[in-house]
Amino acid sequence: MSETSASAVADPNTHAATADGTTAGAPGGVRRRDFIDIAALSAAGVGGLAVLYPLISQMAPSEDVLAESTTDVDVSAIEPGQAIKSVFRKQPLFIRRLTDAEIAEANSVPLSALRDPETLSDRTLEGHLSLLVTMGVCTHLGCVPLGVTEGENRGEFGGYFCPCHGSHYDVAGRIRKGPAPTNLVVPEYTFNTDTVIRVG
Amino acid sequence: MARLIAILVGLGFTLVVLISFGVDTYTSITEPAPETAEHKFHLEPKAVSFPHDGVFGKWDTAQLQRGYVVYKEVCAACHSMKFVAFRDLADLGYTEPEVQALAAEWQVPGVDPQTGEAVLRAGEPTDYFPSPYPNAVAAAAANNNAIPPDLSLMAKARHGGAEYIYSLLTGYQEPSEELLAEFPEAAPGQGLYHNPYFPNLNLAMAPPLTATGQVSYEDGTEATIPQMAKDVSAFLSWTAEPTKVKRTQTGWPVLGFVLFATILAYLSKKQIWAAVKPAKRKD
Amino acid sequence: MSFAWAKQYEPSNGLMRWVDEKLPLPRLVYNAVGAGYPVPRNLNYMWNFGVLAGFALVLQIVTGVILAMHYAANAEVAFASVEHIMRDVNWGWMLRYAHANGASFFFVVIYLHIFRGLFYSSYKAPREMIWLLGVVIFLLVMATAFMGYVLPWGQMSFWGAKVITGLFGAIPLVGESIQVWLLGGFAPDNAALNRFFSLHFLLPFVTAGVIILHIWALHIPGSSNPTGVEVKSESDTVPFHPYYTAKDGFGLGIFLLIYFAVVFFLPNYLGHADNYIEANPLATPANIVPEWYFWPFYAILRAFTFDFILPAKLWGVLAMFASILLWFFLPWLDKSPVRSGHYRPLFRKFFWFGLIPCILVLGYCGGAHLSPWTIALSQLATAYYFLHFLVILPLISSFEKTEPMPYSITDAVLNADKKPVLGENTSPAV
Repeated sequence: MSETSASAVADPNTHAATADGTTAGAPGGVRRRDFIDIAALSAAGVGGLAVLYPLISQMAPSEDVLAESTTDVDVSAIEPGQAIKSVFRKQPLFIRRLTDAEIAEANSVPLSALRDPETLSDRTLEGHLSLLVTMGVCTHLGCVPLGVTEGENRGEFGGYFCPCHGSHYDVAGRIRKGPAPTNLVVPEYTFNTDTVIRVG
Repeated sequence: MARLIAILVGLGFTLVVLISFGVDTYTSITEPAPETAEHKFHLEPKAVSFPHDGVFGKWDTAQLQRGYVVYKEVCAACHSMKFVAFRDLADLGYTEPEVQALAAEWQVPGVDPQTGEAVLRAGEPTDYFPSPYPNAVAAAAANNNAIPPDLSLMAKARHGGAEYIYSLLTGYQEPSEELLAEFPEAAPGQGLYHNPYFPNLNLAMAPPLTATGQVSYEDGTEATIPQMAKDVSAFLSWTAEPTKVKRTQTGWPVLGFVLFATILAYLSKKQIWAAVKPAKRKD
Repeated sequence: MSFAWAKQYEPSNGLMRWVDEKLPLPRLVYNAVGAGYPVPRNLNYMWNFGVLAGFALVLQIVTGVILAMHYAANAEVAFASVEHIMRDVNWGWMLRYAHANGASFFFVVIYLHIFRGLFYSSYKAPREMIWLLGVVIFLLVMATAFMGYVLPWGQMSFWGAKVITGLFGAIPLVGESIQVWLLGGFAPDNAALNRFFSLHFLLPFVTAGVIILHIWALHIPGSSNPTGVEVKSESDTVPFHPYYTAKDGFGLGIFLLIYFAVVFFLPNYLGHADNYIEANPLATPANIVPEWYFWPFYAILRAFTFDFILPAKLWGVLAMFASILLWFFLPWLDKSPVRSGHYRPLFRKFFWFGLIPCILVLGYCGGAHLSPWTIALSQLATAYYFLHFLVILPLISSFEKTEPMPYSITDAVLNADKKPVLGENTSPAV
């Protein structure tokens, strides 16, 4: 940086040195003065970064959205072989009562044949082997698989079939064929009463 | 030329506004506006202090819990509070199961899952406080055409805030002899009640707090009328701005940091300018 | 650019050289607000407010864009969506208070910026264009602020929208049709709310564009200064960076201290309680007043009460618009060859004892309850306002005997403590 304008002021060395920090070996005291400038700039930088925190976190779910993060569902009316669709955190929730034949079928599959090895009992609550609760969200790209409503295509494995890109899930909601990487997600849930589950 | 036009326009506006001034001043001298009862007898809110006042204030959760009882037992009969959800009561120091229990004490509009008919069901934490009336027409019909206002924001929506609410609740009285002598028409009409803290002195709300022990406090505090009024005023301060204490508590570190940065900026500015300050020259 | 001795941009490394060759943006910034812009060395703190106004605009755009992510411009839910922001959105209360009070602080710095221009006659040749663009910016910001105040859909929002669009109803013959057209209905409702939201989002960016023109025009003659004496030599100036960046940084710190104190401790002080009541088309608040920054103009509007040839309502509207639009003509009304109020004894007296009290009285009356007193005061102040700008200012230059000015800026700075050299009196506040 040129020193042309420095002659305009009384003490060119000092101000030019602090202005751009290029004038090495300027008179004593420069280091302390540099420190003040750097400290002031750093404080401004820290302040700017601190401001980013609320500006970014405002996009996270708000209190009312977070508050609606549990769903109660009465599962007593689901007959074996039937499934219902509910809503959990604005997304579809599949609840399916398996028949004994379906349970047997699910248990007969060797884990080695699965892309995402999990047994049916891993995916259900203890003592409720026939009640399969999964998210109705294909783990590929988030479409809603078919297979809940009577008569819908349940895919080659009799569970769920995602029409978007052809992922086939078996009766335990496990991925068997197609592009999806993992089984349908089982959300956290517990039995509130004998007949009502609380998801979330 | 431009200046000449400007002077003419300027004199024009001046003339016209001075004519208005002359006419108005003459009128106000010859026919002074009559004194009004509102102007002469309206009182400013009483001075009351709350633990959450000021820049260091904190909510007194025991007081807010008592205020909630007053709202529930007294105010809620006529006033809605639609921007407040039961889940918000956790701020008052209630645990999650307690909030669920408190919510379940309220009946909120719902839908029968079997038939789809409109029904009332027990409240859940995610529900908002229900309105006592199905709609504005019903509210007006039940209250002599005066719709009871929603209370969520009452402490911010009135000059004087919580002090105003306290003063109003404790300010019901018979109109003074002096008032009636000077303004006989200011006597409360049918279905109206005199209260000098209300802007036009007569309001449609009957005195809501009428007797000591009208509500029962769990913490054993005696529910006198001033006590209930103060508690519910504090509660309504909270409903109006639940983030108030968080706000002031955030303000201090922010101000402290900005002060620190400003001092650094001043020192930096001072040393950068030292070279061009004439005081540095010895000439 | 403007001075021969202005420093030239020299890229500090290869990357910057490459960028500068393809797109000389670094050079533009360097010449606009960097070391390449020589600025008079004697600017006082009144010269901080331009940068602060720019900062306030950025602040409003950032907080505003964020609020728009949560706000719903629909009359059914607008008020509730603002409460949703205040109660449930993470930091929503802070962002909304920052935006609402940011508007007030934007006007504080704009008004100080304007008063600086008025006292030091910054509008005079060769800086007329800067001033004209500045008035355009002011009008844009006023329009934006007005429409923004409607968005929360409280009682003041609603009645403000109704009353201000009602001003156009004063226009003979077509006024009512214009009002209905502006609102898209017979009263403010969804149509009005949506168009106000749309324009409230758009206009700040238009404003930013005009600000670029404002700064461009500033760089042609360069900044004015408290003496009003033009820059004569290199010793009269210092580079904008680091001198004025450092000074503006300090000024920004002071601004933020006051601003944050209000945002965190008194966020509703400048607002109105009635705007926490949801809009009700069937009940008018007892005292409809705009936000404080419109009070002086509102007082002028209300000062005209007598039908003199034209209806009083039309006079009020004409006077209110004239009170701002006359600023466009200031460069040609004030013909004194001397710029700075420092060297104009008569001008200075009218400025400090006439204009400033007049504006303060108008501001007070515009926000107060209507009473014979406030009406009378606002009428006298309105009369003075027009006299000051349209009669006194054009005339005093003919009578005024100005005081001796320093030969140069350097002269003024170096001999600041030797008053006799400069004349009897150089302090601005008499």
